[in-house]
Amino acid sequence: MFFTPLLPDDYLELIDPLWSSRELRGRIEAITRETADSVTVTIRPGWVWEGHEPGQYLRVGVIVDGVHHWRAYSITSDPGRADGFISITPKLVETGKVTPYLVRKARPGTIVRLGGVEGTFTLPDPLPERLLFISAGSGVTPIMSMLRDLARRGALRDVAHLHSARTPEAVIFGDQLRGLADRHDGYRLHVQHTGEYGRLAPADLDRLCADWREREAFLSGPGQMLDAMHAHWDEHADVARLHMERFQPVIGGDAAGGGGGVITFRASGETAHADGGTPILVAGEEAGAALPFGCRMGICHTCVGRLCSGRVRDLRTGKVSGTDGEMIRTCINAPEGPVEIDL
Amino acid sequence: MIESPLARLSDDQLEDLARELDAIHDEVFAELGDRDRRYITSMIEMHRRLAVLGRVLLFAGRYKPAWLAGTATLSLAKILENMEIGHNVMHGQWDWMQDPYIHSSSWDWDSASTPEAWKHSHNYIHHTYTNIRGKDKDLGYKIMRIDPHQKWVPIYLFQPVYNVLLMAFFEWGVAFHDLDLDAIKKREKSVKALKRELKGMARKAGRQIAKDYIAYPLLSGRKGFKSTLAANVTANIIRNTWAHAIIFCGHFPDQTYTFSEEEVAGETRGGFYVRQLLGAANIEGSPLFHVISGNLGYQVEHHLYPDMPSTRYAEIAPQIKEICERYELPYNTGPFLKQWATVQRTILRLALPGGRPRPKPGPFRRGSENGGAAWHPDDAERRRRGATARGPELPLDGVRVTMPEQP
Repeated sequence: MFFTPLLPDDYLELIDPLWSSRELRGRIEAITRETADSVTVTIRPGWVWEGHEPGQYLRVGVIVDGVHHWRAYSITSDPGRADGFISITPKLVETGKVTPYLVRKARPGTIVRLGGVEGTFTLPDPLPERLLFISAGSGVTPIMSMLRDLARRGALRDVAHLHSARTPEAVIFGDQLRGLADRHDGYRLHVQHTGEYGRLAPADLDRLCADWREREAFLSGPGQMLDAMHAHWDEHADVARLHMERFQPVIGGDAAGGGGGVITFRASGETAHADGGTPILVAGEEAGAALPFGCRMGICHTCVGRLCSGRVRDLRTGKVSGTDGEMIRTCINAPEGPVEIDL
Repeated sequence: MIESPLARLSDDQLEDLARELDAIHDEVFAELGDRDRRYITSMIEMHRRLAVLGRVLLFAGRYKPAWLAGTATLSLAKILENMEIGHNVMHGQWDWMQDPYIHSSSWDWDSASTPEAWKHSHNYIHHTYTNIRGKDKDLGYKIMRIDPHQKWVPIYLFQPVYNVLLMAFFEWGVAFHDLDLDAIKKREKSVKALKRELKGMARKAGRQIAKDYIAYPLLSGRKGFKSTLAANVTANIIRNTWAHAIIFCGHFPDQTYTFSEEEVAGETRGGFYVRQLLGAANIEGSPLFHVISGNLGYQVEHHLYPDMPSTRYAEIAPQIKEICERYELPYNTGPFLKQWATVQRTILRLALPGGRPRPKPGPFRRGSENGGAAWHPDDAERRRRGATARGPELPLDGVRVTMPEQP
């Protein structure tokens, strides 16, 4: 009543931007160089931060040239860090917008938006007896969080880690991985420099880790490597014990998966038809409805609308859901039959 | 009958003009960046600091100096919030930042109008059909005769009186205007839509009234209730009067043209630009004046490019003037009091039957009395070479003169 049309948060954030409860924010505390083209960005999250599981990724919203961008990065820090900070370790993509900013321009003190923590590439509970990590390049980032977590819990009992990078200088976390190997007998590290010795292939597994079939395996790296390893597990071992990190879930495009339907927007009176692969937001915009939107990837919840009737399918997971009155994100849901939305 | 310069320009000239004006838009949008974002975020921050300061000062409102300082601060905060922030954000001027909150789809303002209703009546109807008689519902806001072409009816005898009331209660006038009861009569809008809008307006109005006229006065305690209430009423009236003055100076000074539907039938993009140029008038003033008027002193530039961040209007004004000079078009502008006085004179004169359009300014000349600023001819050449076909929010097929049904 005192703040309408604003929220108390809009005034609190004048004192400290991290005090906003409307959206989660963080402050960059430090930026340290890992390799020639990667840095670790350490962030102090606001008090709404609920923690993460090692292996999960976080969407980070940064402002580059005045424009806000969302990007997803694996969290590389130990969830049990004493200072409560989190870190991400982006690698430079020269043609990109955000990584050149983070690697070269960002400075401590900068405020960033933090989206939700997501990802199912996590360690099972209870922990398996024997673990195998296979990573390549910047694919080591989610695994670093796992290793730090395991080290703190004293759980680096029987862990094999096969990592590859182009050159010795290009190994992200090189010193830290070697340090872990020195301190923990249960952690065995093999780093392959692909520039000299070629890529790590499925055929190398028997030589590098003879009991790979008996281990719960976690893979993170380029799609090609994941595909090759997946085929290998499928043929020679139990594929259910293989866990892979496929970054950036594909939203939309897969019309085969769902039914689609007619969407009615209650506020504007517009109707739109969407196939099973088109988000409600996109279909609505194409039909001329002015809809709220933000990140367009299911993170910022700017686009939420109340589902009055019908069911929707989450384009990232394929899960169909829908109870009347449920708040849904229009950017990641497609209609499954006729739906009505209060937008 | 005054011949509109619109009729003088050939199709080729209009096409060239459109290309040049599009290029200015593209050039500015290509270089928007941190500087622009810093401006709007610091403006938003300043509004919030001023609002807090004003409210806090008013807790001591029983003491006259605190009351005066608090009321002035709150008025200024409300003016910034409505004009430089609310109006411009809801125009989509800052949508390019992709910020989830500073965005035309999510912004709400300290005013009686709901964003949805206002965006429809202002962004769409007024900015598309600008100064087309019978189509632009902001031309006299349906209750005033500000153009001699409008048919006189006896109610206009009272317009000098209700104009003064409108000044004081402008936000309510605008909210009521946005409901567009006229569209109901013409069956352009359903009763259901009206009911929904009324509900939205009632909710919005309820909150506004509760905040300024109940919550803060109550918070000031038994002894402070009256002084805070008086301060809040005063601040709203000051904000309303200021907004009314600036907005009326945008299209109603003597210099501006209005258009018949026939004149604009089949209008091209060049024609649209010329109509905006002729239908709007600027106000000269200091940088501070432009900030507290939401940069609507650059009404001409705003109407050419409604989606361009307001801070850029001052920067492109010399280029617009140069184009006006080359195409022998007027560049309507004048000092605030002069513009305001001509508007008031029109309101008084046209309360009575009759009246003729006032004389219009000739083509813009650098160094002439209607403005002029340093300009490098190279800039025009550079722009002509880099001209592209994209432009601001405007349909390629010109302006439709049949009104669509409102949702």
